[in-house]
Amino acid sequence: MGTAELASILWLTLKLALVTTLCLLVVGTPIAWWLARTRSRFRDVVASVAALPLILPPTVLGFYLLIALGPSGPGGWLAGLSGGRTLAFTFEGLVIGSVVYSLPFVVQPIRNAFEAFGERPLEVAATLGASPWNAFFTVALPLARPGFLTAAILGFAHTIGEFGVVLMIGGNIPGETRVISVAIYDLVESGDWGTAHLLSAGLVLFSFTVIMVMLRLGSARGEG
Amino acid sequence: MDRIAVAVSGGKGDFRLDMAFDTPANGVSVLFGPSGCGKTTILRCIAGLERMPGNVMVAGQVWQDDSKGVFLPPHHRAAGYVFQEASLFAHLNVRENLEFGRKRRMAQPAQGPSVDEMAGLLGIAHLCNRKPKHLSGGERQRVAIGRALLSAPRLLLMDEPFTGLDRQIKKETISLFLDLRKRLGIPALYVSHDMAEVAALADVMIVMADGSKVTQGLPSEIFEKVELQSATGRFEAGTLVVATVSDKDSQYDLTRLDLSGQALFLPGVDAAVGEKVRLRIRARDVSLALGRPTGISIRNILSGQITEVVAEADTAFAETVVDIGGSRIRARITRMAVDELGLVPGKEVYALVKSVSFDRRV
Repeated sequence: MGTAELASILWLTLKLALVTTLCLLVVGTPIAWWLARTRSRFRDVVASVAALPLILPPTVLGFYLLIALGPSGPGGWLAGLSGGRTLAFTFEGLVIGSVVYSLPFVVQPIRNAFEAFGERPLEVAATLGASPWNAFFTVALPLARPGFLTAAILGFAHTIGEFGVVLMIGGNIPGETRVISVAIYDLVESGDWGTAHLLSAGLVLFSFTVIMVMLRLGSARGEG
Repeated sequence: MDRIAVAVSGGKGDFRLDMAFDTPANGVSVLFGPSGCGKTTILRCIAGLERMPGNVMVAGQVWQDDSKGVFLPPHHRAAGYVFQEASLFAHLNVRENLEFGRKRRMAQPAQGPSVDEMAGLLGIAHLCNRKPKHLSGGERQRVAIGRALLSAPRLLLMDEPFTGLDRQIKKETISLFLDLRKRLGIPALYVSHDMAEVAALADVMIVMADGSKVTQGLPSEIFEKVELQSATGRFEAGTLVVATVSDKDSQYDLTRLDLSGQALFLPGVDAAVGEKVRLRIRARDVSLALGRPTGISIRNILSGQITEVVAEADTAFAETVVDIGGSRIRARITRMAVDELGLVPGKEVYALVKSVSFDRRV
């Protein structure tokens, strides 16, 4: 495997993780806010659905995503808007799949952060003239910052590590859906153990660093 | 016109609230009652943080009127709320906390005191760049008061904000708050279950029990009423009297006060000669004698006439009220003493006052 190809794989993986993390924060925040604040009896139902990817085998998730993203699903309709036929086996499709797959890792820490500070700061903000939107942006979001940091790191790392869902809905198209985890599988299949070693060791180092950083952040917060 | 008129009724689980009161929109009105009687819920309803059927009118503004379907959300009510825990924004420093309400509420930022003036008045100017977690309890509560006052409220709602502060800090913070409130002319509704606090703060006292109003009036009138014991609590029961500072005795560090023509000697009175002060005399600190005792360490012996004797059912005690030339004080003594001394209304007695607390200048 050439250097250019390796670079392309790394870049694609990084791009996928970044875009996915961004989408996760945008999608996950309102869900986490609702779960933290609502008294609706549907709360636990929604919480369970959002947590499903924790337990489901990636193949099951990938299978349904494949149908949803395919020509006869909503994904196909969406692709049709820009002249395509399907979102399966595209980068965009992969982002959608990754967002669903990593959602629990982002919703949970943000929800915890929102729940941790309770109603009081929002009540204080209201009595000081802050509208609910204003209080959300100037009080709730800053107070939940540690939760967002954890969520972003977890979402990013989890996306880099995914394999099953990618294989099911993305395949192995160079430059489009061929990310590190899939490439390693491919390299082993084709007997290129040297490159597989390189990428695998890289991922071990990466994962170790992520966990270290998280622990450090956690203890820094505890001491502060 | 300038009234605070509140009527709310409703239930929360087992608890029922049925409360209506009307009090002037100036000075400090204290909502007094035991914990769990619904005081905090009333404040929350007034601020709009909670909703119960009823009406809330503050100084000519309608905040809630169910008959017209009016219910302003909290951020549209100019109510400064000081919670029991200071509840400062942890992500903002002291200055940013103070600015929070001012930025959002002030129509014209020029009016009212500036953040710096307020910080100076509260003695927290040197803390402006600190985060709340680096402040003491008293400092936090001062910031919370400043923050509420800077939001230009029409009414200040205070939910036992000084509970948990140690005595000296509490005393200082209360007098700081009273001066500041007076200066800004913002009326306050203050929730408390502490008699000493009521005595120090209240212009009007509203007594609550079990979710409704028991009585309302001047603190001195209410403190006299023996029958309100269950609401005011026996241990702290007593009366408020107004006396005039007549002399300072520097040799003994005592202040001589004139109470309806009789002399009282008190340490630690922060008032000048000629000023009127409010004193609180607890019933349990007063003993009665038929003749003026001599050879006794108690300095404050007042002659008067018994006006009321109420035996407490199921206890050894009786509450008596003694008229001291127009001021009334209470004495809590045993029923045995009542019988053996033959204490009945009209009887001349000497009241031996063991301790008097100076509450505030009038």
